[in-house]
Amino acid sequence: MTDISHASDVLSAGADGLAEARAANARQIRNAKISAALRYIILFGVGLMMLYPLIWLVGASFKTNAEIFANPGFIPQEPTTEGYAKGWETSTPYTFGRFFLNSFLIILPKVIGTAISCTMVAYGFARFDFPLKKLLFGSVIAILLLPNVVTRIPQYLLFRDLGWLDSFLPLWVPSAFAGDAFFVFMLVQFLRAIPGDMEEAARVDGANSWQTLVFIVVPMLAPALISVCLFQFMWTMNDFLGPLIYISSVDKYPVSLALKLSIDTTEAFEWNRILAMSVLTITPALIVFFMAQKYFIEGISAGGVKG
Amino acid sequence: MARLQLNKLEKVYGGAFKAVHGIDLDVEEGEFMVLVGPSGCAKSTTLRMIAGLEEVTSGEIRIGDRIVNALPPGKRRIAMVFQNYALYPHMKVRSNLAFGLRLAHVPKAEREAAVQEVARILEIEPLLDRLPKQLSGGQAQRVALGRALIKKPEVFLFDEPLSNLDAKLRASMRVRITDLHKRLKAEGRPSTVVYVTHDQTEAMTMGDRICVMKDGHIMQVATPKELYDRPANLFVAGFIGSPEMNVIDGEIEGTDFRLGGQVISLDDAVLNRMHAKPQEAALGIRPQHMKLSAGNGLTARLRSAEFMGHEVYLHAMLEGKEITTVAGAAEYDSLDRSDERIRLTPDLGHAHIFDRASGANVSLPLAG
Repeated sequence: MTDISHASDVLSAGADGLAEARAANARQIRNAKISAALRYIILFGVGLMMLYPLIWLVGASFKTNAEIFANPGFIPQEPTTEGYAKGWETSTPYTFGRFFLNSFLIILPKVIGTAISCTMVAYGFARFDFPLKKLLFGSVIAILLLPNVVTRIPQYLLFRDLGWLDSFLPLWVPSAFAGDAFFVFMLVQFLRAIPGDMEEAARVDGANSWQTLVFIVVPMLAPALISVCLFQFMWTMNDFLGPLIYISSVDKYPVSLALKLSIDTTEAFEWNRILAMSVLTITPALIVFFMAQKYFIEGISAGGVKG
Repeated sequence: MARLQLNKLEKVYGGAFKAVHGIDLDVEEGEFMVLVGPSGCAKSTTLRMIAGLEEVTSGEIRIGDRIVNALPPGKRRIAMVFQNYALYPHMKVRSNLAFGLRLAHVPKAEREAAVQEVARILEIEPLLDRLPKQLSGGQAQRVALGRALIKKPEVFLFDEPLSNLDAKLRASMRVRITDLHKRLKAEGRPSTVVYVTHDQTEAMTMGDRICVMKDGHIMQVATPKELYDRPANLFVAGFIGSPEMNVIDGEIEGTDFRLGGQVISLDDAVLNRMHAKPQEAALGIRPQHMKLSAGNGLTARLRSAEFMGHEVYLHAMLEGKEITTVAGAAEYDSLDRSDERIRLTPDLGHAHIFDRASGANVSLPLAG
């Protein structure tokens, strides 16, 4: 008997409890909605703040020169492509296309050289034991911490003595010998996180170190390699000091120098031309970034090893 | 197929830590040899030395009539199955299987035929165009097995291949691997296998012979039955068999084995086998050879009982030491448990006497 009466107590208490639980649940859902709305408002606001200069740049590139200083908003009142047309012409005998070509002539070998050389060096550091390995890796890290500027003068003297001034060689060659310690470090860290089992399996399958590198390690390293190429692409595209020091003929100027050129040569700056060319200059980097973005995230090695 | 021999094989890490202490092991052609031991006993290191993934400090490894110490893994005519499968994540199953042949410049048509054959044997044909991440654990392990099989190696090496699988799949893969080994033998291409595991069930069910290792030493190499019936030392006695063998410390006086206040009279079944009489001895007896008895025998205090279905494991304290015995379910039900005391009679025909100092089994007839 006591059991049954106890059970009915529990049941009536249960009905009250249910209403209470529903109310609590509704409260929770409301709170979650408010906090989500707040979160998005803040994110949107901060995002807009970050993007504002870029949006203004794109807008201003379609304005007339006079409007840029008259109208603070970013939507042009009388949109014109004059800035693009005139800017493309430049004040030199060459069009901006030439400078773009020069930029890619610098970037392409540099990116390829970086990818190949840094992969080899990182593979060596991450997977092999050799004498003085710690010392050598320490010096790679030390170079990472060294400001680039301090090596400019000795490097300049070296390349001058080699007779490489006013050519792309001083820009290519250091990268082709894994001169960018940051990338080596990045790849070493990535490699250390990849278990060595697949490489051992490849060795049992009869692969030598090079075959293991090419057929097994490089595909697994792909996400990191894409990041390396992307960084190198953007940094080289934006590099101003390197070309400024080593390249003296206008016909070899990359876009970064060409932009400066258009500021130098005219007395009254045609700002809409400069802004229009700036927009064009950042476009390749943006396109490449958005194309490769997915590989940043996608971990290709998932699923190969369990546990 | 070939015989595998290890002669005085040694591995020292960093000039200080000795992982493998000069072991000798002879694996016959077509034999399934299991290396078993607790973690850290250097069984995997030994396997990796055979594979060529770990350098040999001293000693030699022979496969067939070749000393392979200096050969890279790819030239040793071995194949290895790894614990975590180690499939190449960016290659489809087909390319994973064919990778070794591709490196050996086997023509494409031949490669494809070999892939088909292996896929048929392992029933992985529908998986050939999948990537490793699209496979379940069992499927991935079969592909890993296929990658070894396709090379037609002289020696197969398995490094705890089933430990990432769930219990049910493990049991079915166990049968699959042993079946495959038998099948290759029946087809006239017997394969020499070295299989590393820490699981004694795998060792007992799969191995033609088992090599029990501890701390870089070989404790005993024998068939599963012999390991179980005639363990060479206390370590093997404790490691092989479940529930574990009871080891009771005591002293031998004449024909008596004294443990605390109680005495077991050793009869001829034991005495005739003993080739030494250690002062400090231990009596080893498996739970199923400790029979419950009515009036006489050793007295122990019952602590707990585990019901296993058709039998019951009884845990009892005998002179301060925990022992286990196995009783039939009916026998357990009819047991008088009023005073928590049970009486046990050891079946001395199956008992072993160990020297506590050296751990050696002194009740085995000496070999030779």
